[in-house]
Amino acid sequence: MAAIETVALRKTYQVGFWRKKPKVALRPLNLSVREGEVFGYLGPNGAGKTTTLRLLMGLAAPTGGSFKILGGEINDPAIRSRIGFLPEQPYFYDYLTPLELLNYYAALSAVPAKDRTRRIEATLKRVGLQEDAWGTQLRKFSKGMLQRVGLAQAIVHEPKVVVLDEPMSGLDPMGRREVRDLIEELNHEGKTIFFSTHILSDAEALCDRVAVLNRGELRGVGVVADLVGSVKGNVEIMWHGTAANTDMEAKGFSCHAVGETVRAIVPEMEVDKAIDILRNHGARLMAVTPMRTTLEDYFLAKLGAPAEVTQ
Amino acid sequence: MSNRLGAIAFNTFREAVRDRVLYNLIIFALLMIGSSLLLGQITIAVQKQLLINLGLTAISIFGVLIAIFIGIGLVSKEIDKRTLYTVLTRPVQRWEFIVGKFFGLVGTLVVNAGLMTVGFFVALLYLMHGLVRSDLSILAAVYFILLQFLIVTSIALLLSSFSTPIESAVLTFAIFVVGSFSEDLRSFAEAAKGAAHYITMAISYLIPNFSALNYIASVAHGEAIPGNIVLLNTAYAILYAGSAVCAASLIFQNRNMK
Repeated sequence: MAAIETVALRKTYQVGFWRKKPKVALRPLNLSVREGEVFGYLGPNGAGKTTTLRLLMGLAAPTGGSFKILGGEINDPAIRSRIGFLPEQPYFYDYLTPLELLNYYAALSAVPAKDRTRRIEATLKRVGLQEDAWGTQLRKFSKGMLQRVGLAQAIVHEPKVVVLDEPMSGLDPMGRREVRDLIEELNHEGKTIFFSTHILSDAEALCDRVAVLNRGELRGVGVVADLVGSVKGNVEIMWHGTAANTDMEAKGFSCHAVGETVRAIVPEMEVDKAIDILRNHGARLMAVTPMRTTLEDYFLAKLGAPAEVTQ
Repeated sequence: MSNRLGAIAFNTFREAVRDRVLYNLIIFALLMIGSSLLLGQITIAVQKQLLINLGLTAISIFGVLIAIFIGIGLVSKEIDKRTLYTVLTRPVQRWEFIVGKFFGLVGTLVVNAGLMTVGFFVALLYLMHGLVRSDLSILAAVYFILLQFLIVTSIALLLSSFSTPIESAVLTFAIFVVGSFSEDLRSFAEAAKGAAHYITMAISYLIPNFSALNYIASVAHGEAIPGNIVLLNTAYAILYAGSAVCAASLIFQNRNMK
């Protein structure tokens, strides 16, 4: 059973005051997130990530299509009690302390009263919130501390599926690292993590699979390693002697010389051709280094490319 | 269900208390102390009448203002600040949220009015050097004021479920003012002819009859309130507020979050 499954899920808003015009926020989306995986939902700002999450969480009604979470409907309270959600830039009741806030959410999620204190304290420790801040009103918290409280409220009821909208937003490098560790920890406990982000290094480090969304349209889905491999990489070649530079540049390989040491970035497919030129001119080859293709390369390639989806 | 409703209601109450809403009690206390001292200077027969008028009117006005200004923000504030996102994604039905918020604010108003009533009786005791049995009817008038709060809160909640906070505040206040003169409106409707008769009659029945819930002048003159009036007014307020809260829940049920 898929943890999250969407079938042609779409959303169109009506914008304008007098003559309303339709604005497509999400084109028909077919997506399947498996149970127990960490799934990254990537896209630039305005791509439709938050719209998708609002639809999945039942905060907005879809214009068409359908979706299921853990095989059930989002309106079913039994399903909702198994989901944890952290909205983007969350704002909480700032007159409450973390202990009071989590107690409120735990009560709403039907956590038995006798277990609440133990669970709340364990959760606050888990998200790295210092014990001396537990009794302080949230209005005195920094953005990073609020993000930790946000993560705590998303997991206090021990959900099966955790949906996070930009969970690293507003965190310093140390905080981002801690959130990454927490996501990994939750995943090891068997929870499914579905999170949106535009920080690609986080997605690359954490995700089993990712989906790339742009302008409301799904551009690609797959295992991170496969997606990265699908982008043609470049190779850096370094050699000694400038005699081959003219021929190299004639073939379109841009050369950068520092004294007698020359460096060129060559497409993977053209490496043999470039090395032949260097040999013909008697250049001394110093290094041939494949440049690692990152998720960013895939992401940037997909933003411009037409839609092509492989599950 | 009751746990979730209770949690939402208690949180609404706690928000009002921490936002220093109950600070209005200080103004009320000062008003009661000041009037007790001043009224001591005038004839004993009118002292009590004036104190009852002043005290109960103050309880009513403070409460109505709180009901309007907090009531209009009960839902819209949660949407604007997006605190609602983390509530509605839990096993909470949307109607439970609306009903919980309603009871939370009504609870705040009951506590507020309860403390004011205690202050009022202390002032009355100080002024009259004792209480008499007929003073119990003052409690019935306070009870009717609470019924007014029930209706005002439900209207503020209903209007704020589809309009802006400012529009909701102005409309709720206007409805309260018109409703306070609804007996006069009905008299006018009966005297009017043609379309004006039907329109004013419809408005007078649609707008809550707050004048039927205002017994301040009667109790100030020492009149007793009949038991059947208490029952009828209770049923009227519950039906009216219940319908408004149901309508607010229905509107909120289909609302998309920004």
